[in-house]
Amino acid sequence: MLTPRSLDEALALKAEHPGALPVEGGTDVLVELNFDRRRPDAILNLNEVPELKVWAREEGILRLGAGVTYTEILHGPVAALQPALAEASRTVGSPQIRNRGTLGGNLGTASPAGDALPPLLVEGAEVELASVRGVRTMPLREFLVGPKRNALEPDELISAVLVRPSGAPQTFMKVGPRNAMVIAVVSLALSADRERGELRASFGSAGPVPGFVTAPIAERESFAEQVAEAATPIDDVRGTAAYRRHALRVLAGRALERCLA
Amino acid sequence: MRISLRVNGEEREADVWGGESLLFALREGLGLPGSKNACEQGECGSCSVLLDGELVCACLVLAAQADGHEVTTVEGMADGEELHPVQEAYVQAGAVQCGFCTPGLVVATADLLARIPDPSDDEIREALSGNVCRCTGYAKIFDAVRLAAAVR
Ligand SMILES: Cc1cc2nc3c(=O)[nH]c(=O)nc-3n(C[C@H](O)[C@H](O)[C@H](O)COP(=O)(O)OP(=O)(O)OC[C@H]3O[C@@H](n4cnc5c(N)ncnc54)[C@H](O)[C@@H]3O)c2cc1C
Ligand code: FES
Ligand code: FES
Repeated sequence: MLTPRSLDEALALKAEHPGALPVEGGTDVLVELNFDRRRPDAILNLNEVPELKVWAREEGILRLGAGVTYTEILHGPVAALQPALAEASRTVGSPQIRNRGTLGGNLGTASPAGDALPPLLVEGAEVELASVRGVRTMPLREFLVGPKRNALEPDELISAVLVRPSGAPQTFMKVGPRNAMVIAVVSLALSADRERGELRASFGSAGPVPGFVTAPIAERESFAEQVAEAATPIDDVRGTAAYRRHALRVLAGRALERCLA
Repeated sequence: MRISLRVNGEEREADVWGGESLLFALREGLGLPGSKNACEQGECGSCSVLLDGELVCACLVLAAQADGHEVTTVEGMADGEELHPVQEAYVQAGAVQCGFCTPGLVVATADLLARIPDPSDDEIREALSGNVCRCTGYAKIFDAVRLAAAVR
């Protein structure tokens, strides 16, 4: 167990121990450890790295540290700047999970069902990756390379998510068997950006990575269909492919109504 | 590794291995079996404790992450022989059947009432959505929360 007290120390340790498993809130990692699905050589505890826990707004860019929790997003000023992300945060797990679970952890896990991902994708978010070699940023869309796979190099940590809040009407919706504690059967974030004349949608649990669709606002009539068409869902224990596509069409229709009202 | 933490107001030390959960350390290392171990995956809330005042599932926190921090378990709620008002309300309302879920629910309820002294039904439902009870059907639990809110 390695517990760095600063980001520099964390990056030095990660470079020295590239096999060390980073742990932030632990809500994904501990499940794996408790069930012995994973036995990392070392664990890199990021809880004591203050740089990761903060968010800031600089020159129109919102910088959300990787260790910012769902509870902080939900109940703090970020909610007004990223309304769809706040709605998504509200649907995550339970209060206990939201108090611990972080954005960085959601990106690290890179699940196609990760609820923070669609809202960040419709806002064009970028990921900031840090290592002893330096800092690089890449669009979140490029960071998510496959189911539970991301573009992190072994010596890198996710340091922050960067987003320029569009201010556009936006929403997040999720279908699941009950209101609390559900992995999305499908989820959808949508924004109607009148300034850019653009509709943007991103959906989860209907493809290997969260999907992304954009169209001119003039195509609002066909947009729900475009979203459903873009999905590549599969049948699994949580739902069938046909149901997922149908649900996405319905959600997109409702989200459009909400955002264009 | 050796960790030091404050548990229920007392400085404690424990020897833990890297992948050990806080729940395991509390129950097996520190002699505090009040927090229950059921799912070990954050689904049931029976292991709910406060970590630096925040409601968390102890099964999802590494014991070593609690090093230098403060933990409150259900054992830390009563004042000597005097039950905490939330505990008393659970007894009075008959919100306990087998009692397995009760420690977690009591901690979650205390956390709710500390934040929202007079919660609506929706707020209660939301606050307790991470705590599963297999016996009561939740009606009595709601009664207990309302009772605890009323006596505060
Ligand atoms: C009961 C329960 C309910 C849940 N419900 C939901 C839900 O509704 N929606 C949802 O999306 N998720 C849900 N989750 C999953 C989980 O809570 C989220 O994915 C959360 O965002 C993970 O954050 P964390 O900080 O706990 O991650 P951790 O478990 O600490 O880490 C997750 C992964 O990210 C890596 N990682 C963490 N931080 C960094 C970093 N800074 N740099 C590089 N890698 C890093 C870790 O190595 C690990 O691979 C649920 C989990 C549980 C147990
Ligand atoms: S044992 Fe921790 S939530 Fe079930
Ligand atoms: S009283 Fe038995 S699980 Fe709740």
